[in-house]
Order: sequence, then C-alpha cells, then structure tokens
Amino acid sequence: MESMEIAKRLQAQFPDEVLDAYEHQGQRAVIVSGEKIVDILRWLRDDSLMDFKHLMSLCAVDNIKRMEDGLLRFEIVYNLYSINKKHSIRIRAQVREADHSIDTVTTLWTGADWLERECYDLMGITFIGHPDMRRILLPDDWEGHPLRKEYPLKGKEEWIGLTKIIEKAEELRQYSFGYKKPKESTKSSESSELTDKQGND
Amino acid sequence: MGKIKDVDLVEIDDGVKMIPGANAVLGPLNKIVNWGRAGSIWPMTFGLACCAIEMMDAGASTNDLDRFGIIFRASPRQADCMIVAGTLTKKMAPVLRRVYDQMPEPRYVLAMGSCACSGGVFDTYSVTQGVDTIVPVDVYIPGCPPRPEALIEGLLKLQKKIMGEEFRWSQWR
Amino acid sequence: MTRPISKTINVPVADGDGDRYTLRMGPQHPATHGVLRVDLELDGETILKCTPHVGYLHRGFEKLAEHRTYAQSLILTDRLDYIAAMSNNVGYCVAVEKLLGVSCPMRAKYIRTIVGEMSRLCSHLLWLATHALDIGAMTVFLYCFREREILLDLFEKLCGARLTFSYTRIGGVRQDVTADFMSELQRFVDIFPSKVSDYETLIDTNRIWLKRTVGIGVLSADEALSLGLTGACLRGSGVDYDIRKHRPYDAYDQVDFEVPIGADGDIYARYRCRMEEMLQSNKILQQCIDQLPPGPIFNDDAPDLVMPMQGERKIEADTTTYGSGLIKFIDEHGSHPVGDVYVSTEVPKGELGFYFISDGSGHPYRMHIRSPSFIHIGAIPYLAEGGFIADLIANIGTLDVVLGECDR
Repeated sequence: MESMEIAKRLQAQFPDEVLDAYEHQGQRAVIVSGEKIVDILRWLRDDSLMDFKHLMSLCAVDNIKRMEDGLLRFEIVYNLYSINKKHSIRIRAQVREADHSIDTVTTLWTGADWLERECYDLMGITFIGHPDMRRILLPDDWEGHPLRKEYPLKGKEEWIGLTKIIEKAEELRQYSFGYKKPKESTKSSESSELTDKQGND
Repeated sequence: MGKIKDVDLVEIDDGVKMIPGANAVLGPLNKIVNWGRAGSIWPMTFGLACCAIEMMDAGASTNDLDRFGIIFRASPRQADCMIVAGTLTKKMAPVLRRVYDQMPEPRYVLAMGSCACSGGVFDTYSVTQGVDTIVPVDVYIPGCPPRPEALIEGLLKLQKKIMGEEFRWSQWR
Repeated sequence: MTRPISKTINVPVADGDGDRYTLRMGPQHPATHGVLRVDLELDGETILKCTPHVGYLHRGFEKLAEHRTYAQSLILTDRLDYIAAMSNNVGYCVAVEKLLGVSCPMRAKYIRTIVGEMSRLCSHLLWLATHALDIGAMTVFLYCFREREILLDLFEKLCGARLTFSYTRIGGVRQDVTADFMSELQRFVDIFPSKVSDYETLIDTNRIWLKRTVGIGVLSADEALSLGLTGACLRGSGVDYDIRKHRPYDAYDQVDFEVPIGADGDIYARYRCRMEEMLQSNKILQQCIDQLPPGPIFNDDAPDLVMPMQGERKIEADTTTYGSGLIKFIDEHGSHPVGDVYVSTEVPKGELGFYFISDGSGHPYRMHIRSPSFIHIGAIPYLAEGGFIADLIANIGTLDVVLGECDR
C-alpha cells in the first residue's frame, strides 16, 4: 500500500484516536492516544487491506527530555509488518499519565507477553489485563526502573541481594585456606608480618 | 630398612630422590600432593557469555585441554577449579557464590575475560565489577574474550601456583 | 487468564499431588546454552508447567547505549549474539546508516554480505554441533567445530579477532579484503557443500535422530506468527518470511538465492531449513566472490566517525561516564537528523531489529534491540508443556537461542 495511505485509512477509522502521522527516512509512523490501542491494533491486524500479522517489536520510550509537543511522559511503540502485503507501520501509543498504564495486547499476539513484561521491568509501565505482570530481566526485589531518564547509569543504591552475598562472602572468608585472623589492635603492617612468620613455623 | 642411609640416592627433582633399584621415590609430601593436583585440574564450566565459546573451543579438537589432564566437569561437587567465563551480573552473583560453596577444598577460581576480572565495558547498574567481590580469585586472564591460548596460559599459571603451595593437605577443612 | 494457544495436556494425571514435583533446571546447566533457568512442574517425565526465567546476563545495553556515541555503541553489538557477532555489527550499522542518512559504497556492501553469510555459517554450525550433542550425537560436534575453526581463522585474517570483531563501520567497513583472504574463502566455499553432506549422512536418516525430532515441538504457522518467531523457526512452519528478500539490505538484492521453507513445523523441519540455508549461504558467498566490485570501502563523509585530528579536538578528561568528553564534542559539532527508525536484518537466529530515536545530539535518545532469542525463549512453554522432559532439551536446541542476545 502507498506510503501515507495506511495512516489516512487509520485516521478515517479512528478519527478521535489518531493525533499525528509523519514519515521519516521512508518509514511512516502514527501517534495515537493509548485509550483504544487494542481496537486499533486489532483492526490493523484483521483488516484484509492492512493485514499486519507480524508484531516486529514493542518497546517503551521515556519522553521526558524529548523536545516534541503534545507527547505524554511515556509511550509504547509498536512496529508492525505485513508479510503478505509487504508494508509496515509504526504506532506510537501515549500511555495514560495518571497511573502509567495501558491495555495489554497479549490477546492479539501471544508473543507480546514477554515484551510487555520487559517494558514493565525497565520502564515501569503497567499493562492492564496482562496474565503475568512480573519483572523479567532484573531480580524481583529490584528497586527502580533503569531505562527511565532520571535513573543513573550505575544505579542508585546497591541491590540488597548483592550486599547480602558480599557480606556472606566476607563472613565465609575465615574458613578458606591460608586465612589468618587479623589482630584486633594492629598498629601497622609490621605486626602482621610477624604473625605470618610464626604461622609458617 | 635401617640401612637406607648407605644407599646412594639419586636426585631426580629439587628435593625429590629415588632409591636406585627399588621402585620408590623419597620426597616431601607437599611436592607429591601438589604434583598430583596440578596434573589433574578438573574445572567446572561456569560459562556465562562470550568467553564460554572460547572456553569450549579450548576444550575442543584444536586446542585439546585433555593433554594437560584438564577435563571439564558439569557438577561443582566433582571440580577443583571454577573458570568464570563471562560477565557476572548481579542477578547471577548469588548463584555463583552458591556453586562456589558447593565445591570441595582445595578449590581455585580463574577469572576469564575483562568482565570477570573487572566488569569490562559494562560499567552499568546490573553488572558486578569483577568476580573477586564475590569469590577469591587465583588467576586473572585478560582479554575480550581471551584466546584459547590465553586460557591455557592461565591454567598453566594455576598449575605453577599449585606446585608452590605448602601444607594444603593438612589444613583443609 | 488462559493462554490463547496453549496445547492441551493429554496425559493421565495421577491421583493426589504426591507424584507431582518441581524441578529447577539452570541457570548453571550445560544443556541450556547459557544462563537460562527453567522451572518445571513435572508429573513423572511429563511437563505440566514450564516457566523460563531470564535476565541472568542482563548487562543494560540499552541504557549504556544512551550514554555513548553511535560509533562507540558498535562494540556492544559484538556481545549481543557472540556466536554470530558479525551479523549484529552489520545489523547495527545498517540501522544507524538509515537513521543518519549515510550511504555505504557498493564494495563495502558486498563485503558485509560476505561476512554476514560467513557468520551465518558459523552460527548454524555451532547450532548443529550443540543441538546434536544435546540429543546425543557426539561426532557431529567434532565435525562442525572443524569447519567452524576454518571460518574463525578467516575472520581472524580479515580483522584480527576471533569472536568479537567490530569490523563494520557506520558508512563502510574497517579494512579491505586481501587477495589471500579471497582465495582462502574460495577454497572454503569449494569444499563446504561436501562437508554439509557429511553431516547429513551422519544424522539425516539416523533412527535415533528421527525419533527425537520428527513430530516433536510442532508449531503451526499461525501459532508461530502469534508468538513472534522469526528466522528458521518461522520458516520451518511454512511462512515465507526472510528479511533478505522482503526488505533487502546490503547486497542481497544483487545475489540470487532461495529461501528454504519447511512444512511440518516440527524440530526436523527446522533442522532441514537450517541445513538448506547453509547451502544457500554458500551459494551467496560464491556469487559475492565473483561479483565483488572495486572501489572505496568507506564513505568519506560519514559523520561521527572520522575523528578530527588530535590538535583540533579538545576533549576534557572526565572519568564519570564513558567518553563523555567525546559525546560532548560530538554534541557540539555534529548535527544529526531528528527522528526515529526501526530497521531489522536477518541474523542467523531470526529478525534482529534496532529501534532508534535521535534527538539530534551525538548519542541515541533511545535504542531498543528487538532480539530474536528473547522472543524465542518466550515460546518455550508452548513447545514444551505436555511433552517429555527429554524433549525440552531438544526444543531449546531447535529454537537456537543465545542468552547474551536475549538478556542484552
């Protein structure tokens, strides 16, 4: 189908939902509000002229530092492709501001299950109706969502699981071979050298 | 038996002597135990990322680690040494420690690759900066990933280290 | 909520809960191809419920890429699918070129096609070796590693590395091929089909192999599409989807090859698809050797890459983040187009997609990697539930997953 034809038909079908449509480097994208995202994607998948059977990717974007007007804090980007018709489209759905949630599309594509869990894990977006909304890549008791822009690259504070394991490693060190108990009131390295020699004798 | 002083002992290695005619060797127990240990290092394959492929390659037909007496074991309970090959993430760290605790003494750890040595390029929220924060490491092998030859070099270094140990047979717990 | 296409379990369940038990496989398990953990609920040998757990190799690629320039992130892609690192390099460069509007000379495109197909052979050989080893055919492992070693030596001759290459560049490739490399590649291309027939004699009609693969792990075309499978896993179910044909990149529109399609959707069909793909890759390599055009290998005006001379750039030492001085320099001097693209390439595992958002600065605003292994591992429950535990190993093998790519 022609380049902007898909966007126009989508606009005709869902006039209230489509906010904007544009083309960049030969790829077309439609910005929609996230309220009826399941209906939009179902229409795109099932309409005989559209036939977008293949969900290429699904990811979340944090818009806080992006200089575009009319965008909400988060958006979910769906890249669709039609294997029969050989055309593609990108849908950028804005996520509800109040509770950072959007409807799940696992009812349309089973494979979206893990992709949505990833968005929940790394960006903190809740998918309503998802069968198994848990963290996937990070441990369950991790704090924060790393891909948000305010999250620093090296993390905020140490994960409790790692602190525990380092403490345990420190505790078990005394049982390892060649371990010498440090004297409590050691003044300098000289005294520890003395104990080394005694130990060898 | 009391006349052993009269026999001319032949020195076959530093501190190790052989009684001519008899099929016997005299030497410090340290040496004999260490010799046995160094000649049969059984590493546990703790393959995590890219380095694991090079570790497989070191064990496969071209490089053939078997000729050093090194046979990969999949179970920590049958292993002497652990080759940590790849990036250790924070989620994996408790698993690494548990596997290490399951290994019997004497045990050694090789950190293979930059990620295992120091975190490598991944200075991020989810990567531990070196396995030595979790377990004591004996040999560090740099490279991203190290070539199979580098791994062999590291294992030879470990053998050297084992040969230099004293009284490890008496103090183990 | 029920799973839409989950298979029905037709095994008699024993009375009471006494016979059911839970088994945790991994994350340190030799047959899971990396650090994958699978929690199994079993009734005897039958799997009632299967839950894969991933994330044991999550290194934060997407976050790290936001803090680096486009050229700096290239080395990260080596560590995605480390079995076929060259394919990732190519995929990344194709995507960034599309985003920034950079062109690539024809000779570089052909060289990229050559290295892409070589890494496809590498990956498929390793897949066949480990898949056959898991199922119980040891000899294939040694045979495959023999040929893989030739390819690794060729890569080493080309760029000096065995696994992590970083060979391609945004706007070209790093070094030109030598005549020596081409003649050795020609020698490999000549002997390779006979090696493939060697593997086929070993397992193609082997009774044990057939028992373990035919009719196991069946997926219909609709199921495979709904699960988002790509690559040989999708083509084994009879869907004709190959990005090299659908959205040609590099020199794939210049060469002639066929896309093997399976029909049954079981492990054997996927195995046949990949074996055929190896021969087709060999055919592409031969055509690229014959057609390789002369010319430059690098686009001179590629931005972000041609570093200014040492005297001209003033990079302040800053140790807090990676190359932040460089990022600052490029932010000030470079001007990239604002926008977003999604570009996918056909890597040995399936469809590797990069979704980039550029806000005009020297580093990506957001980089999302659509990794085939991540989606394929999500499909394990649908293949394994209701089957035997021994078939789980065959199912993981047939999906051809790499955990580095899955967890990113």
